[in-house]
Parts: sequence; structure tokens; C-alpha cells
Amino acid sequence: MSLFSLMWANLFRKRTRTTLTLLSVMVAFLLFMLLQSIADAFAVGPQIAGNDRIVVGAKYSQIDNLPYSQKQQIMAVEGVEAITHTTWFGGMYQDGKSFFAQFPVMPLEYFEVYSELMLEPADALQRFARERGSAVIDIGLVDRFGWQVGDVVPLISQIYSKKEDGSRTFEFEIVGTYSDNGRSSSFPVMLFHYERFRESVAFGGDSVSQWTVRVSEPDRADEIAQEIDALFENSSDPTRTTTEDESNREFARQLGDMGFITTMIMSAVFFTIVLLTGNTMTQALRERIPELAVLKTLGFTDMTVSLLVLGEAVLLCLVGGAIGVGMAFLLGPGLSVSLEEVLGSFEIAPQAALTGVGLSLVIGLVIGALPAITAKRLAIVDALRRQ
Amino acid sequence: MSAAVTCRNLEKQYTKGKEVVPVLTGINLEIEEGDFVALMGPSGSGKTTLLNLIGGLDHPTGGEIEVGGVDLNDMNGRELAKWRSEHVGFIFQFYNLLPVLNAQRNVELPLLLTKLSRKQRAKNAGTALEIVGLADRAKHKPSELSGGQQQRVAIARALVADPSLLVCDEPTGDLDRETADEILGLLQTLNQEYGKTIIMVTHDPLAAERARHVLHMDKGKLVTDAGVEV
Repeated sequence: MSLFSLMWANLFRKRTRTTLTLLSVMVAFLLFMLLQSIADAFAVGPQIAGNDRIVVGAKYSQIDNLPYSQKQQIMAVEGVEAITHTTWFGGMYQDGKSFFAQFPVMPLEYFEVYSELMLEPADALQRFARERGSAVIDIGLVDRFGWQVGDVVPLISQIYSKKEDGSRTFEFEIVGTYSDNGRSSSFPVMLFHYERFRESVAFGGDSVSQWTVRVSEPDRADEIAQEIDALFENSSDPTRTTTEDESNREFARQLGDMGFITTMIMSAVFFTIVLLTGNTMTQALRERIPELAVLKTLGFTDMTVSLLVLGEAVLLCLVGGAIGVGMAFLLGPGLSVSLEEVLGSFEIAPQAALTGVGLSLVIGLVIGALPAITAKRLAIVDALRRQ
Repeated sequence: MSAAVTCRNLEKQYTKGKEVVPVLTGINLEIEEGDFVALMGPSGSGKTTLLNLIGGLDHPTGGEIEVGGVDLNDMNGRELAKWRSEHVGFIFQFYNLLPVLNAQRNVELPLLLTKLSRKQRAKNAGTALEIVGLADRAKHKPSELSGGQQQRVAIARALVADPSLLVCDEPTGDLDRETADEILGLLQTLNQEYGKTIIMVTHDPLAAERARHVLHMDKGKLVTDAGVEV
């Protein structure tokens, strides 16, 4: 037996209580690892160089639109191979609770730039390009709404109204589905014909939310981005060109300051954990006061007994924390598949694991401090009387 | 034979708020090495307080106390803890075993404070359990043992570091007559065959009969059988 095994044995004196506490610590650290990794992903600055697609948006806000007339100027920049655009339509389906995004696009341009997307059936792209009332949908929407080719989907736009009668209801016939190698996007979108949009809306038909540009030399992407932004720097519609990943992150940032949100959530979680585990440790100490007195009677010094109690708290948090961190690494790859489309790169960083372990140590010390001081101050004679 | 315990004008007071409560007053006592002394007296007479002072669990308010030639008065908490671990074995009425450890590990506890190897610690604990006749129960936890068996484990724990002094606070107080007799027999063996000095607090006259000497206490003083202060 060693002092460590004594600590370990004491920790599991009440197995159910310790197991439940360990689980709560584990879940807290699992959450910490995931949120920390998300916060890290948001904190990453854009790495434009090396990307073959870059996104041109309004400089100051993603809500602002850009004029369609910029298209020719961007196309004229050396190195720009292809261009497409999307516009936020803001349509609601049925009662509005089933939200999904819809973008008017130029069919051939869009699927040239996003060449990895595969359309079904075989004639979908031709029909989409030819029929202005048509739309194609991500296969995720097929799973979600059960739509099939030939269905007509009515949408009520929150932004645009019809030129002809002021109505906000637009109908689209689904002519095909698309996927990335059979995989749905985590942000499934309906695409419909831009010409239909331009012709029918009462205003804003000649503007777009953002341009997506494919460049011929990814190594020059940074330089091309600067050239595009320079074109419009002194215009009424200045642009900010960045990567797709960064653009997605900026979209998500509109929800709020992600760093602040994650910090607040984690603070609340850890505060709760400190209270919960602290209460458990204090309760465990109260139950063992005569036993601690016996240890002192046998010759354990005040400091040794105090360190044993502190060690138990640290051990509890370290074990719970380590399991939580380990779980994050196990679950990370599964989560990254769905989060990467929104965040760009998402991975459980080894640095976050180190922070997690360090944090569990600190929390253990905080939780164990008061019981350890109480144990140190325990007078043998008084404590023995308490049994 | 030299003195195992010497008390000179020993005093102990407790303070309750502004009130000072004297528990021991002017105790003069000498116990020789190898003696087996029973300490008797009514509740509140100061028996356990005197035992705690002799065992180095508490500091006297006044007077002097020497155990094994060591003056305990001037020792601080850390020094007393080290001294206790080397020189005194404690046996309590309610055994005070750690419920999370089996018998072998409970006995091994005092040896964690020594520089013995893990193997040697386990061996010594096994030997102590053999002395008290519980070698076959080494892997049992206290909850799996009878009261008498638990007290034997506690005695093995008190013995394992080979202290010269055993202090016992009502060691048979929680046991039936037959088991109490077995435990008292074991204490006699430790006294007679292993030369341990034993001081035992008890209310039980039959237990006191097993000791070589009986001391009586009343109202914080040592008294004769007739109740006269000595």
C-alpha cells in the first residue's frame, strides 16, 4: 500500500457518489474541450493563400449587398478563373419553424465554381439552367422534408416582394438534387434561378450578397484578394475578400461573440462544478473526521493529512478531467465532419488538452483547499470525541 | 527498572467561553517499563484526558510529563506526531479502523510513515496479524469482521511499528464478555511475552483484574481504592 492507494481507496468510499461526481466533472471537461476547440476555430485568422476559392463580401457587414455590376471588374482581375454569386433570400417554408437557406444563383456559373457538387438526375443542370422557375436542393433537404423532383415548393420571403403584386410568396419547382460525393452539407441550401429572382423582385434584384471566385493559382490567392478589394476600396461598396472558411465563420459570428459566449458557458459550467464537487468533498470530509483523527494519532502529521485530503480532490478532478479530455478526442473526428463546413478547420487541439488538464488541477486545488485546511486544523482529541 | 511514564504535578484545563474547567489537577504518577496499569474511575474523572496526555495526543496546561525518558512538554505537533509513530500504539473502544482498507492494509498504515520497503511493510503487517491470530483474515474489510476480530486488527495496527507503550481506551467496552476476555488475554500476552508497557482505561473491574496495577481517578485526581487523594 502507498499514500496514493490510500487516497484512491478513500475517494471511492461511496462509489455511487464518487462515480456521479466523476461523471459531472467528465462532462464539464468534454464540454470545455469542444467549446474551446470551437472558440479556437473562430479565433483562427483567414489563410487566403493556398485556397482555390475566395469569397468577396461587403466590407463592413454581411447584411450589406454588393452591386451586380462588380462582376465584370472582378472577372477582369488576372488569375480569376470563374465567378459565381449568392444572395440571401430569407424565405420561410410553411410556419417558418423549418428554416433553411435559399440562394438565387446562375446555375452554370455556380456549378462550375463548385465543381465538386454532383447533380441528379443527369439532366438536372440543363433543366435548372433552362427553366427559370426551377430549383435544385441539397439532399439534406430531401431527407428533411421528403421532397422529390417535380414537387413545387412555396416560400415566403422575409426580405423580397414580387414586383407584379407585392406578394411575398414565391414558388419553385424542384428539378434536381445535389450532393458532395453523396454527402449532405451541414448547411443544406435550396438554389434557384437568379434570372427569375432578378425579374420578379420589386427591389434589390441587381445586387448579390457575395461573390465566390475561383482562382487559377491558389498560391496567388492572397494577392488576388488584395487586388479585388483595391478595386472597390474607394467605391460606395467596398469589399472584403477572404476564404470560404473565414466567410462561414463570419456568418456564424453574426450570432454573437463566440469567444465571449463560450467563455461565459464554460465559466457557468465550472462554477457549478466547483460548487458541486466542493460540496461532495466537504460532505466526504465531515463523514471521516474521526478517521482523520486516527491517522493523526498514528503519527501522520497535520500537513500529511491535509495533503491527503487535497490530493483526493485533485485526483477526482484530474481523473474526471482526463476522461473528459479523452472523450473529446474520441468524439472529435465525428463532430468535425459536420462542424468543418461552418468553422473551416475543426480539430480537438492538443493544446486544449493541456489547458484542460491544467484547469482540472487548478479546480482540484480550489475544491480541496477548504477541506484540506479543515483537516490540517483538526485537533485529535476533539475529533475522536465526534464518533 | 526505569520509568516508562513520569507525571509531575500534571494539570489540564479546558476553556468553555470564559469558564475554565479543570480536568486534571496535580497528577503525580510513575509507571515502570513493562508494567500493565489499569486506570479506573467514574465518567468525567479525567482518565481519557490523562491517557491522551501520556500518548502525546494533547498538551498539558501545567506540570511535566516524560514518556520513555522523553519530555513531551516542549515538543511541537510535528515532533509529537513523529514520536507517537515510533513509540506509542493506540487501541480504541470502537476500533477505529479505516472501513475502505482491508485488515492487512489497516495494519500497514503506521508503516507508511517509515522508510521500510513496500514488501517489508506487507511482511511486518502480516506478522502483526499472525500475533493476534488473524492471518487468515488479512484480506477482509472491517465490515466483514466481528467486533472481536476488528479489535484484534486494531491491536495488530498498534503493534506493527513495535512501540514500547500501548495506550488502550476501554478496549473491551464494545465487546461481549467472552470476546473481551480473549482481547484482555491478548493484551496480557503482549505485556508478559513481548514486554510492552500497557496503560488501559476501563470501567470494567474484571478487565482491571488482568492488569498488574490498578489506579483510580476521581474529579481529576489520582485516589486510593478508598477514594483518598494520593
